[in-house]
Amino acid sequence: MRPTTLASQSALLNPAVLYTTLLVLGLVAPFTLYPTFLMKVLCFALFASAFNLLLGFAGLLSFGHAAFLGSAGYVCGLMMRDVGVTPELGILAGTVVAGLMGWLFGTLAIRRTGIYFAMITLALAQMVYFLVLQIKATGGEDGLQGVPRGHLFGLIDLSNNMAMYYTVYAVFCLGFFIIYRTIHSPFGQILKAIRENEPRAISLGYDVDKFKLLAFAISAALSGTAGATKTLVFQLASLSDVHWHMSGEVVLMTLLGGLGTILGPAVGGATIVTIENQLAESVGSWVTVIMGAIFVACVLLFRRGIVGEIQALLKRAGMQ
Amino acid sequence: MSDFILETVDLTKEFKGFAAVSDVNLKIRRGHIHALIGPNGAGKTTVFNLLTKFLPPTRGTIRFEGKDITHEAPAATARRGLVRSFQISATFPHLTVMENVRIGLQRKLGTAFHFWRSDKSLDVLNDRAMALLEDVDLAGFADTVTGEMPYGRKRALEIATTLALEPTMMLLDEPTQGMGQEDIARVVDLIRKVSANRTILMVEHNLSVVANLCDRITVLQRGSMLAEGSYDEVSKNPQVLEAYVGSDDMADAHH
Repeated sequence: MRPTTLASQSALLNPAVLYTTLLVLGLVAPFTLYPTFLMKVLCFALFASAFNLLLGFAGLLSFGHAAFLGSAGYVCGLMMRDVGVTPELGILAGTVVAGLMGWLFGTLAIRRTGIYFAMITLALAQMVYFLVLQIKATGGEDGLQGVPRGHLFGLIDLSNNMAMYYTVYAVFCLGFFIIYRTIHSPFGQILKAIRENEPRAISLGYDVDKFKLLAFAISAALSGTAGATKTLVFQLASLSDVHWHMSGEVVLMTLLGGLGTILGPAVGGATIVTIENQLAESVGSWVTVIMGAIFVACVLLFRRGIVGEIQALLKRAGMQ
Repeated sequence: MSDFILETVDLTKEFKGFAAVSDVNLKIRRGHIHALIGPNGAGKTTVFNLLTKFLPPTRGTIRFEGKDITHEAPAATARRGLVRSFQISATFPHLTVMENVRIGLQRKLGTAFHFWRSDKSLDVLNDRAMALLEDVDLAGFADTVTGEMPYGRKRALEIATTLALEPTMMLLDEPTQGMGQEDIARVVDLIRKVSANRTILMVEHNLSVVANLCDRITVLQRGSMLAEGSYDEVSKNPQVLEAYVGSDDMADAHH
Protein backbone atom coordinates (compact mmCIF):
# COMPACT_ATOMS: atom_id res chain seq x y z
CA MET A 1 0.00 0.00 0.00
CA ARG A 2 2.86 2.40 0.69
CA PRO A 3 3.97 4.68 -2.13
CA THR A 4 7.28 3.65 -3.63
CA THR A 5 9.32 6.75 -4.21
CA LEU A 6 12.80 6.83 -5.65
CA ALA A 7 14.11 7.78 -2.23
CA SER A 8 12.79 4.69 -0.52
CA GLN A 9 14.50 2.53 -3.12
CA SER A 10 17.92 3.96 -2.31
CA ALA A 11 19.81 1.49 -0.17
CA LEU A 12 20.52 3.93 2.64
CA LEU A 13 16.86 4.51 3.30
CA ASN A 14 15.97 0.85 3.19
CA PRO A 15 15.34 0.17 6.89
CA ALA A 16 16.51 -3.45 6.74
CA VAL A 17 19.89 -2.48 5.24
CA LEU A 18 20.27 0.50 7.54
CA TYR A 19 19.50 -1.37 10.75
CA THR A 20 21.64 -4.37 9.80
CA THR A 21 24.58 -2.06 9.11
CA LEU A 22 24.12 -0.32 12.45
CA LEU A 23 23.78 -3.63 14.25
CA VAL A 24 27.09 -4.86 12.82
CA LEU A 25 28.80 -1.55 13.57
CA GLY A 26 27.70 -1.90 17.19
CA LEU A 27 29.21 -5.39 17.34
CA VAL A 28 32.64 -4.41 16.01
CA ALA A 29 32.84 -0.93 17.57
CA PRO A 30 34.63 -1.95 20.82
CA PHE A 31 37.58 -3.24 18.78
CA THR A 32 38.36 0.25 17.55
CA LEU A 33 36.89 2.55 20.18
CA TYR A 34 37.20 2.71 23.95
CA PRO A 35 34.48 0.36 25.34
CA THR A 36 33.66 2.46 28.42
CA PHE A 37 33.05 5.48 26.19
CA LEU A 38 30.84 3.38 23.91
CA MET A 39 28.85 2.07 26.87
CA LYS A 40 28.22 5.61 28.03
CA VAL A 41 27.07 6.51 24.53
CA LEU A 42 24.68 3.55 24.45
CA CYS A 43 23.17 4.40 27.83
CA PHE A 44 22.45 7.98 26.82
CA ALA A 45 21.25 6.91 23.38
CA LEU A 46 18.68 4.65 25.06
CA PHE A 47 17.74 7.39 27.52
CA ALA A 48 17.16 9.92 24.72
CA SER A 49 15.23 7.39 22.63
CA ALA A 50 12.94 6.65 25.58
CA PHE A 51 12.45 10.37 26.14
CA ASN A 52 11.64 10.86 22.46
CA LEU A 53 8.87 8.26 22.68
CA LEU A 54 7.08 10.70 24.95
CA LEU A 55 8.02 14.05 23.37
CA GLY A 56 8.29 13.06 19.73
CA PHE A 57 5.39 10.65 19.48
CA ALA A 58 2.98 11.66 22.24
CA GLY A 59 3.83 15.36 22.13
CA LEU A 60 4.44 15.53 25.87
CA LEU A 61 7.43 17.55 27.13
CA SER A 62 8.59 16.09 30.43
CA PHE A 63 11.15 18.11 32.31
CA GLY A 64 11.68 15.50 34.97
CA HIS A 65 13.14 12.52 33.17
CA ALA A 66 16.35 12.67 35.22
CA ALA A 67 14.28 11.31 38.11
CA PHE A 68 13.72 8.05 36.22
CA LEU A 69 17.29 7.73 34.94
CA GLY A 70 18.79 8.56 38.32
CA SER A 71 16.42 6.68 40.62
CA ALA A 72 16.76 3.51 38.61
CA GLY A 73 20.51 3.90 38.92
CA TYR A 74 20.26 4.06 42.71
CA VAL A 75 17.81 1.16 42.88
CA CYS A 76 20.05 -0.99 40.71
CA GLY A 77 23.13 0.04 42.71
CA LEU A 78 21.52 -0.76 46.06
CA MET A 79 20.21 -4.10 44.80
CA MET A 80 23.63 -5.06 43.46
CA ARG A 81 25.75 -3.81 46.34
CA ASP A 82 23.57 -4.35 49.41
CA VAL A 83 21.17 -7.13 48.39
CA GLY A 84 23.61 -8.94 46.15
CA VAL A 85 21.36 -9.75 43.20
CA THR A 86 22.71 -10.57 39.74
CA PRO A 87 23.09 -7.70 37.20
CA GLU A 88 20.08 -8.60 35.05
CA LEU A 89 17.87 -8.46 38.17
CA GLY A 90 19.44 -5.16 39.17
CA ILE A 91 18.58 -3.66 35.79
CA LEU A 92 15.11 -5.16 35.96
CA ALA A 93 14.54 -3.70 39.44
CA GLY A 94 15.63 -0.24 38.25
CA THR A 95 13.35 -0.51 35.23
CA VAL A 96 10.33 -1.56 37.27
CA VAL A 97 10.80 1.16 39.90
CA ALA A 98 11.25 3.82 37.20
CA GLY A 99 8.14 2.55 35.43
CA LEU A 100 6.09 2.77 38.63
CA MET A 101 7.42 6.25 39.30
CA GLY A 102 6.49 7.17 35.74
CA TRP A 103 3.00 5.88 36.34
CA LEU A 104 2.72 8.07 39.45
CA PHE A 105 4.28 11.18 37.84
CA GLY A 106 2.15 10.67 34.77
CA THR A 107 -1.07 10.32 36.72
CA LEU A 108 -0.46 13.74 38.27
CA ALA A 109 1.03 15.53 35.25
CA ILE A 110 -1.28 14.54 32.38
CA ARG A 111 -4.11 16.46 34.01
CA ARG A 112 -2.41 19.52 32.56
CA THR A 113 -0.82 20.28 29.21
CA GLY A 114 2.06 22.34 27.84
CA ILE A 115 4.15 24.38 30.26
CA TYR A 116 2.09 23.21 33.27
CA PHE A 117 2.71 19.59 32.37
CA ALA A 118 6.45 20.30 32.14
CA MET A 119 6.46 22.19 35.45
CA ILE A 120 4.67 19.39 37.33
CA THR A 121 7.20 16.85 36.08
CA LEU A 122 10.04 19.20 37.04
CA ALA A 123 8.63 19.77 40.52
CA LEU A 124 8.20 16.04 41.14
CA ALA A 125 11.71 15.36 39.87
CA GLN A 126 13.12 18.01 42.20
CA MET A 127 11.41 16.28 45.11
CA VAL A 128 13.13 13.06 44.10
CA TYR A 129 16.45 14.91 43.87
CA PHE A 130 16.17 16.25 47.41
CA LEU A 131 15.09 12.86 48.74
CA VAL A 132 18.12 11.22 47.17
CA LEU A 133 20.34 13.96 48.56
CA GLN A 134 18.98 13.62 52.11
CA ILE A 135 18.56 9.86 52.51
CA LYS A 136 21.54 8.15 54.10
CA ALA A 137 21.36 5.00 51.96
CA THR A 138 21.98 6.90 48.72
CA GLY A 139 25.23 8.48 49.86
CA GLY A 140 24.26 12.15 49.54
CA GLU A 141 26.57 14.20 47.36
CA ASP A 142 29.02 11.35 46.90
CA GLY A 143 26.44 9.19 45.21
CA LEU A 144 26.30 5.46 45.64
CA GLN A 145 29.82 4.15 45.29
CA GLY A 146 31.41 0.74 45.04
CA VAL A 147 28.67 -0.97 43.09
CA PRO A 148 29.93 -4.38 41.89
CA ARG A 149 29.28 -5.31 38.28
CA GLY A 150 28.59 -8.88 39.33
CA HIS A 151 28.11 -11.98 37.20
CA LEU A 152 25.42 -11.87 34.49
CA PHE A 153 22.92 -14.69 35.16
CA GLY A 154 25.44 -15.73 37.83
CA LEU A 155 27.78 -16.92 35.09
CA ILE A 156 29.50 -14.21 33.07
CA ASP A 157 31.91 -11.95 34.93
CA LEU A 158 31.11 -8.39 33.92
CA SER A 159 34.28 -6.95 35.37
CA ASN A 160 35.62 -7.91 31.97
CA ASN A 161 35.00 -4.75 29.95
CA MET A 162 34.14 -6.62 26.74
CA ALA A 163 31.56 -8.78 28.50
CA MET A 164 30.14 -5.62 30.02
CA TYR A 165 30.04 -3.92 26.62
CA TYR A 166 28.09 -6.69 24.93
CA THR A 167 25.67 -6.80 27.86
CA VAL A 168 25.06 -3.07 27.53
CA TYR A 169 24.75 -3.46 23.79
CA ALA A 170 22.14 -6.21 24.19
CA VAL A 171 20.19 -4.09 26.68
CA PHE A 172 20.32 -1.14 24.31
CA CYS A 173 19.13 -3.20 21.33
CA LEU A 174 16.28 -4.67 23.35
CA GLY A 175 15.23 -1.26 24.68
CA PHE A 176 15.49 0.31 21.25
CA PHE A 177 13.42 -2.50 19.76
CA ILE A 178 10.69 -1.99 22.38
CA ILE A 179 10.58 1.72 21.50
CA TYR A 180 10.57 0.98 17.78
CA ARG A 181 7.77 -1.52 18.20
CA THR A 182 5.74 0.81 20.42
CA ILE A 183 5.95 3.54 17.78
CA HIS A 184 4.95 1.06 15.05
CA SER A 185 2.08 -0.53 16.92
CA PRO A 186 -1.69 -0.03 17.10
CA PHE A 187 -0.98 1.89 20.32
CA GLY A 188 1.62 4.04 18.52
CA GLN A 189 -0.93 4.96 15.85
CA ILE A 190 -3.31 6.29 18.48
CA LEU A 191 -0.45 8.17 20.17
CA LYS A 192 0.36 9.90 16.90
CA ALA A 193 -3.31 10.74 16.42
CA ILE A 194 -3.43 12.31 19.89
CA ARG A 195 -0.25 14.30 19.17
CA GLU A 196 -1.73 15.59 15.91
CA ASN A 197 -5.24 16.43 17.08
CA GLU A 198 -6.25 15.58 20.60
CA PRO A 199 -9.90 16.76 20.48
CA ARG A 200 -10.44 14.70 17.36
CA ALA A 201 -8.98 11.61 19.03
CA ILE A 202 -11.40 12.12 21.94
CA SER A 203 -14.31 12.55 19.55
CA LEU A 204 -13.41 9.20 18.01
CA GLY A 205 -13.93 7.56 21.39
CA TYR A 206 -10.37 7.31 22.73
CA ASP A 207 -9.70 8.03 26.40
CA VAL A 208 -6.59 10.03 25.57
CA ASP A 209 -5.34 10.29 29.17
CA LYS A 210 -4.94 6.52 29.40
CA PHE A 211 -2.83 6.51 26.24
CA LYS A 212 -0.66 9.37 27.49
CA LEU A 213 -0.22 7.62 30.83
CA LEU A 214 0.89 4.36 29.26
CA ALA A 215 3.33 6.23 26.99
CA PHE A 216 4.69 8.06 30.03
CA ALA A 217 5.17 4.84 31.97
CA ILE A 218 6.92 3.06 29.09
CA SER A 219 9.18 6.05 28.53
CA ALA A 220 10.02 6.26 32.25
CA ALA A 221 10.65 2.52 32.53
CA LEU A 222 13.10 2.52 29.61
CA SER A 223 14.82 5.65 30.94
CA GLY A 224 15.23 3.58 34.09
CA THR A 225 16.75 0.74 32.09
CA ALA A 226 19.31 3.21 30.76
CA GLY A 227 20.06 4.57 34.24
CA ALA A 228 20.38 1.15 35.86
CA THR A 229 22.72 -0.02 33.10
CA LYS A 230 24.82 3.12 33.46
CA THR A 231 25.26 2.42 37.18
CA LEU A 232 26.63 -1.03 36.38
CA VAL A 233 29.07 0.36 33.83
CA PHE A 234 30.52 3.05 36.10
CA GLN A 235 29.94 1.13 39.35
CA LEU A 236 28.45 4.34 40.66
CA ALA A 237 24.99 5.87 40.97
CA SER A 238 25.69 9.55 40.63
CA LEU A 239 23.73 12.44 42.08
CA SER A 240 24.12 14.34 38.80
CA ASP A 241 21.89 11.74 37.12
CA VAL A 242 18.88 12.88 39.18
CA HIS A 243 19.72 16.59 38.83
CA TRP A 244 17.42 18.74 36.66
CA HIS A 245 20.43 19.52 34.48
CA MET A 246 20.15 15.95 33.19
CA SER A 247 16.46 16.50 32.36
CA GLY A 248 17.52 19.45 30.21
CA GLU A 249 20.35 17.56 28.58
CA VAL A 250 18.05 14.83 27.32
CA VAL A 251 15.88 17.50 25.66
CA LEU A 252 19.01 18.80 23.92
CA MET A 253 20.03 15.30 22.79
CA THR A 254 16.59 14.65 21.34
CA LEU A 255 16.33 17.99 19.54
CA LEU A 256 19.88 17.82 18.21
CA GLY A 257 19.40 14.33 16.83
CA GLY A 258 15.88 14.87 15.48
CA LEU A 259 12.66 15.05 17.43
CA GLY A 260 10.11 12.46 16.37
CA THR A 261 12.58 10.45 14.27
CA ILE A 262 13.41 6.90 15.26
CA LEU A 263 17.21 7.12 15.19
CA GLY A 264 17.60 10.84 15.91
CA PRO A 265 17.70 10.78 19.70
CA ALA A 266 20.31 8.00 19.70
CA VAL A 267 22.44 10.03 17.29
CA GLY A 268 21.91 13.15 19.41
CA GLY A 269 22.85 11.30 22.58
CA ALA A 270 26.00 9.92 20.97
CA THR A 271 26.93 13.37 19.65
CA ILE A 272 26.51 15.14 22.98
CA VAL A 273 28.44 12.47 24.91
CA THR A 274 31.24 12.63 22.34
CA ILE A 275 31.45 16.43 22.46
CA GLU A 276 31.50 16.42 26.24
CA ASN A 277 34.19 13.75 26.33
CA GLN A 278 36.36 15.52 23.77
CA LEU A 279 36.02 18.97 25.25
CA ALA A 280 35.98 18.24 28.97
CA GLU A 281 39.76 18.27 29.28
CA SER A 282 40.59 21.04 26.82
CA VAL A 283 38.03 23.70 27.69
CA GLY A 284 36.76 22.69 31.14
CA SER A 285 33.55 24.32 32.27
CA TRP A 286 33.23 26.17 28.95
CA VAL A 287 31.52 22.99 27.81
CA THR A 288 28.30 24.39 29.23
CA VAL A 289 28.60 27.49 27.05
CA ILE A 290 29.32 25.39 23.97
CA MET A 291 26.32 23.18 24.70
CA GLY A 292 24.15 26.28 25.00
CA ALA A 293 25.42 27.54 21.66
CA ILE A 294 24.69 24.16 20.05
CA PHE A 295 21.18 24.23 21.47
CA VAL A 296 20.47 27.71 20.09
CA ALA A 297 21.97 26.86 16.70
CA CYS A 298 19.95 23.67 16.57
CA VAL A 299 16.66 25.38 17.31
CA LEU A 300 17.30 28.36 15.03
CA LEU A 301 19.08 26.78 12.06
CA PHE A 302 18.16 23.13 11.77
CA ARG A 303 15.03 22.43 13.69
CA ARG A 304 14.63 18.94 12.29
CA GLY A 305 17.86 17.85 13.97
CA ILE A 306 20.68 15.81 12.43
CA VAL A 307 18.62 12.79 11.37
CA GLY A 308 15.60 14.91 10.45
CA GLU A 309 17.70 17.10 8.13
CA ILE A 310 19.36 14.06 6.52
CA GLN A 311 15.94 12.50 5.90
CA ALA A 312 14.68 15.73 4.35
CA LEU A 313 17.77 15.91 2.12
CA LEU A 314 17.39 12.32 0.95
CA LYS A 315 13.69 12.86 0.31
CA ARG A 316 14.43 15.93 -1.80
CA ALA A 317 17.19 14.08 -3.68
CA GLY A 318 14.82 11.19 -4.29
CA MET A 319 12.16 13.42 -5.74
CA GLN A 320 14.42 14.91 -8.39
CA MET B 1 -38.19 3.49 21.78
CA SER B 2 -38.80 7.21 21.85
CA ASP B 3 -39.18 9.14 18.60
CA PHE B 4 -36.59 11.56 19.87
CA ILE B 5 -33.03 10.31 19.80
CA LEU B 6 -31.57 13.33 21.56
CA GLU B 7 -33.30 15.60 24.05
CA THR B 8 -32.07 18.40 26.26
CA VAL B 9 -33.94 19.84 29.21
CA ASP B 10 -33.17 23.42 30.26
CA LEU B 11 -29.61 23.10 29.01
CA THR B 12 -27.63 26.09 30.28
CA LYS B 13 -23.98 27.12 30.13
CA GLU B 14 -22.74 30.19 31.91
CA PHE B 15 -19.25 31.63 31.61
CA LYS B 16 -18.54 33.94 34.56
CA GLY B 17 -22.16 35.04 34.79
CA PHE B 18 -22.60 35.39 31.02
CA ALA B 19 -25.13 32.87 29.72
CA ALA B 20 -23.75 31.52 26.44
CA VAL B 21 -26.60 29.00 26.31
CA SER B 22 -29.74 29.33 28.39
CA ASP B 23 -32.61 26.92 28.89
CA VAL B 24 -32.32 25.20 25.55
CA ASN B 25 -34.83 22.39 25.08
CA LEU B 26 -33.85 20.53 21.95
CA LYS B 27 -35.75 17.54 20.67
CA ILE B 28 -34.10 15.82 17.74
CA ARG B 29 -36.26 13.29 15.94
CA ARG B 30 -34.67 9.98 14.98
CA GLY B 31 -33.69 9.92 11.30
CA HIS B 32 -33.93 13.67 10.78
CA ILE B 33 -31.37 16.08 9.44
CA HIS B 34 -31.76 18.85 11.96
CA ALA B 35 -30.13 22.26 11.59
CA LEU B 36 -29.02 24.62 14.29
CA ILE B 37 -28.84 28.14 12.93
CA GLY B 38 -28.51 31.63 14.31
CA PRO B 39 -26.43 34.79 14.06
CA ASN B 40 -22.80 34.81 15.18
CA GLY B 41 -22.47 34.38 18.91
CA ALA B 42 -25.86 32.70 19.23
CA GLY B 43 -24.26 29.79 21.08
CA LYS B 44 -24.43 27.12 18.39
CA THR B 45 -20.93 25.79 18.84
CA THR B 46 -21.33 25.93 22.63
CA VAL B 47 -24.42 23.73 22.29
CA PHE B 48 -22.33 21.31 20.25
CA ASN B 49 -19.63 21.28 22.89
CA LEU B 50 -22.22 20.60 25.56
CA LEU B 51 -23.93 17.80 23.64
CA THR B 52 -20.62 16.04 22.98
CA LYS B 53 -19.42 16.66 26.55
CA PHE B 54 -16.45 18.81 25.55
CA LEU B 55 -17.91 21.34 28.00
CA PRO B 56 -19.78 20.57 31.22
CA PRO B 57 -23.19 22.29 31.43
CA THR B 58 -23.98 24.69 34.27
CA ARG B 59 -27.51 23.31 34.48
CA GLY B 60 -29.86 21.02 32.64
CA THR B 61 -29.78 17.47 31.35
CA ILE B 62 -28.92 15.74 28.09
CA ARG B 63 -30.57 12.46 27.14
CA PHE B 64 -29.34 10.35 24.24
CA GLU B 65 -31.45 7.31 23.32
CA GLY B 66 -33.28 7.68 26.61
CA LYS B 67 -30.13 7.63 28.74
CA ASP B 68 -28.93 10.57 30.80
CA ILE B 69 -25.44 11.36 29.47
CA THR B 70 -25.08 14.76 31.14
CA HIS B 71 -22.08 13.76 33.22
CA GLU B 72 -20.41 11.28 30.90
CA ALA B 73 -16.80 11.61 29.64
CA PRO B 74 -16.58 12.87 26.02
CA ALA B 75 -14.88 9.72 24.72
CA ALA B 76 -17.58 7.58 26.36
CA THR B 77 -20.32 9.59 24.67
CA ALA B 78 -18.57 9.11 21.34
CA ARG B 79 -18.47 5.35 21.96
CA ARG B 80 -22.22 5.44 22.49
CA GLY B 81 -22.64 6.52 18.88
CA LEU B 82 -23.00 10.29 19.23
CA VAL B 83 -20.03 11.53 17.22
CA ARG B 84 -19.08 15.07 16.31
CA SER B 85 -17.04 16.90 13.72
CA PHE B 86 -15.33 20.22 14.27
CA GLN B 87 -15.58 23.70 12.81
CA ILE B 88 -12.00 23.60 11.62
CA SER B 89 -11.44 20.43 9.67
CA ALA B 90 -10.31 17.84 12.16
CA THR B 91 -7.87 15.42 10.60
CA PHE B 92 -4.51 14.01 11.58
CA PRO B 93 -2.35 15.99 9.13
CA HIS B 94 0.87 13.92 9.21
CA LEU B 95 -0.87 10.58 8.82
CA THR B 96 -1.97 9.30 5.44
CA VAL B 97 -5.62 9.48 4.40
CA MET B 98 -5.92 5.73 4.88
CA GLU B 99 -4.38 5.92 8.35
CA ASN B 100 -6.83 8.66 9.31
CA VAL B 101 -9.80 6.44 8.58
CA ARG B 102 -8.14 3.51 10.30
CA ILE B 103 -7.88 5.53 13.52
CA GLY B 104 -11.68 5.58 13.43
CA LEU B 105 -11.91 1.85 12.75
CA GLN B 106 -9.14 0.76 15.06
CA ARG B 107 -10.88 0.91 18.41
CA LYS B 108 -13.18 -1.99 17.59
CA LEU B 109 -10.21 -4.34 17.17
CA GLY B 110 -9.60 -3.94 20.90
CA THR B 111 -5.84 -3.63 20.40
CA ALA B 112 -5.49 0.12 20.84
CA PHE B 113 -3.26 -0.33 23.91
CA HIS B 114 -1.18 -3.17 22.43
CA PHE B 115 2.22 -1.51 22.15
CA TRP B 116 3.96 -4.85 21.63
CA ARG B 117 2.01 -5.74 18.49
CA SER B 118 3.09 -4.74 14.98
CA ASP B 119 1.04 -2.10 13.22
CA LYS B 120 0.80 -4.54 10.33
CA SER B 121 -1.98 -6.11 12.41
CA LEU B 122 -4.06 -3.10 11.39
CA ASP B 123 -3.93 -4.08 7.72
CA VAL B 124 -7.06 -6.18 8.25
CA LEU B 125 -8.88 -2.83 8.35
CA ASN B 126 -7.65 -1.70 4.95
CA ASP B 127 -10.57 -3.07 2.94
CA ARG B 128 -13.14 -1.45 5.17
CA ALA B 129 -11.15 1.81 5.18
CA MET B 130 -10.94 1.75 1.40
CA ALA B 131 -14.70 1.21 1.13
CA LEU B 132 -15.29 4.24 3.35
CA LEU B 133 -12.90 6.31 1.25
CA GLU B 134 -14.74 5.26 -1.88
CA ASP B 135 -17.98 6.43 -0.30
CA VAL B 136 -16.58 9.93 -0.06
CA ASP B 137 -14.66 9.86 -3.37
CA LEU B 138 -11.26 9.72 -1.76
CA ALA B 139 -10.06 6.27 -2.80
CA GLY B 140 -7.46 7.83 -5.09
CA PHE B 141 -5.97 9.74 -2.14
CA ALA B 142 -5.50 6.75 0.19
CA ASP B 143 -1.70 7.08 0.40
CA THR B 144 -1.58 10.88 0.37
CA VAL B 145 -0.34 12.61 3.51
CA THR B 146 -3.50 14.29 4.72
CA GLY B 147 -2.01 17.74 5.24
CA GLU B 148 -1.28 17.97 1.52
CA MET B 149 -4.93 17.61 0.45
CA PRO B 150 -7.19 20.53 -0.48
CA TYR B 151 -9.57 21.77 2.21
CA GLY B 152 -12.79 20.38 0.73
CA ARG B 153 -11.24 16.92 0.56
CA LYS B 154 -10.22 17.13 4.19
CA ARG B 155 -13.83 17.71 5.18
CA ALA B 156 -14.82 14.65 3.18
CA LEU B 157 -12.10 12.66 4.95
CA GLU B 158 -13.39 13.88 8.28
CA ILE B 159 -16.83 12.54 7.42
CA ALA B 160 -15.36 9.21 6.33
CA THR B 161 -13.47 8.95 9.63
CA THR B 162 -16.62 9.75 11.56
CA LEU B 163 -18.55 7.15 9.56
CA ALA B 164 -15.94 4.57 10.52
CA LEU B 165 -17.46 4.63 13.99
CA GLU B 166 -20.86 3.78 12.55
CA PRO B 167 -22.45 6.51 14.65
CA THR B 168 -26.19 6.51 15.23
CA MET B 169 -26.05 10.28 15.30
CA MET B 170 -23.57 12.71 13.73
CA LEU B 171 -23.03 16.29 14.79
CA LEU B 172 -21.53 18.37 12.02
CA ASP B 173 -20.18 21.81 12.89
CA GLU B 174 -20.42 24.01 9.78
CA PRO B 175 -19.56 21.29 7.27
CA THR B 176 -19.51 23.70 4.30
CA GLN B 177 -17.66 26.56 5.94
CA GLY B 178 -14.97 28.16 3.81
CA MET B 179 -15.87 26.15 0.69
CA GLY B 180 -16.50 27.11 -2.90
CA GLN B 181 -19.77 26.21 -4.69
CA GLU B 182 -18.44 22.98 -6.14
CA ASP B 183 -17.19 21.65 -2.83
CA ILE B 184 -20.44 22.69 -1.15
CA ALA B 185 -22.48 20.68 -3.64
CA ARG B 186 -20.28 17.66 -3.06
CA VAL B 187 -20.54 17.87 0.72
CA VAL B 188 -24.32 18.38 0.59
CA ASP B 189 -24.67 15.25 -1.54
CA LEU B 190 -22.41 13.42 0.85
CA ILE B 191 -24.42 14.46 3.91
CA ARG B 192 -27.64 13.38 2.23
CA LYS B 193 -26.07 10.05 1.39
CA VAL B 194 -24.77 9.35 4.89
CA SER B 195 -28.00 10.49 6.53
CA ALA B 196 -29.65 7.21 5.57
CA ASN B 197 -30.38 5.27 8.76
CA ARG B 198 -28.95 7.92 11.01
CA THR B 199 -29.70 11.23 12.61
CA ILE B 200 -27.73 14.36 11.83
CA LEU B 201 -27.56 17.60 13.73
CA MET B 202 -25.65 20.32 11.93
CA VAL B 203 -24.64 23.89 12.60
CA GLU B 204 -24.79 25.69 9.29
CA HIS B 205 -24.45 29.30 8.16
CA ASN B 206 -25.30 28.70 4.54
CA LEU B 207 -29.08 28.92 4.50
CA SER B 208 -29.51 27.53 1.00
CA VAL B 209 -27.79 24.39 2.25
CA VAL B 210 -30.17 24.32 5.21
CA ALA B 211 -33.20 24.94 2.98
CA ASN B 212 -32.62 21.99 0.71
CA LEU B 213 -31.10 19.53 3.16
CA CYS B 214 -32.73 19.81 6.56
CA ASP B 215 -36.00 18.39 7.87
CA ARG B 216 -36.20 20.63 10.87
CA ILE B 217 -34.53 23.78 12.08
CA THR B 218 -33.86 25.31 15.46
CA VAL B 219 -32.97 28.99 15.56
CA LEU B 220 -30.80 30.22 18.40
CA GLN B 221 -30.31 33.82 19.40
CA ARG B 222 -28.12 34.99 22.26
CA GLY B 223 -28.09 31.49 23.71
CA SER B 224 -31.85 30.97 23.71
CA MET B 225 -34.19 29.15 21.38
CA LEU B 226 -35.99 31.65 19.19
CA ALA B 227 -37.97 29.34 16.94
CA GLU B 228 -38.23 25.78 15.76
CA GLY B 229 -39.95 24.18 12.78
CA SER B 230 -39.58 23.39 9.10
CA TYR B 231 -37.64 25.78 6.89
CA ASP B 232 -40.86 27.35 5.58
CA GLU B 233 -42.21 27.93 9.06
CA VAL B 234 -39.00 29.29 10.44
CA SER B 235 -38.24 31.54 7.50
CA LYS B 236 -41.63 33.24 7.83
CA ASN B 237 -41.35 33.76 11.55
CA PRO B 238 -41.18 37.54 12.14
CA GLN B 239 -38.85 37.18 15.13
CA VAL B 240 -36.43 35.15 13.06
CA LEU B 241 -36.55 37.64 10.23
CA GLU B 242 -35.82 40.40 12.70
CA ALA B 243 -32.87 38.52 14.13
CA TYR B 244 -31.45 38.22 10.65
CA VAL B 245 -32.13 41.85 9.67
CA GLY B 246 -29.10 43.41 8.16
CA SER B 247 -27.67 40.10 7.16
CA ASP B 248 -30.05 39.43 4.22
CA ASP B 249 -29.15 35.76 4.59
CA MET B 250 -32.77 34.64 4.86
CA ALA B 251 -33.79 36.52 1.75
CA ASP B 252 -30.80 35.27 -0.22
CA ALA B 253 -31.59 31.70 0.56
CA HIS B 254 -34.85 31.83 -1.38
CA HIS B 255 -33.15 32.67 -4.64
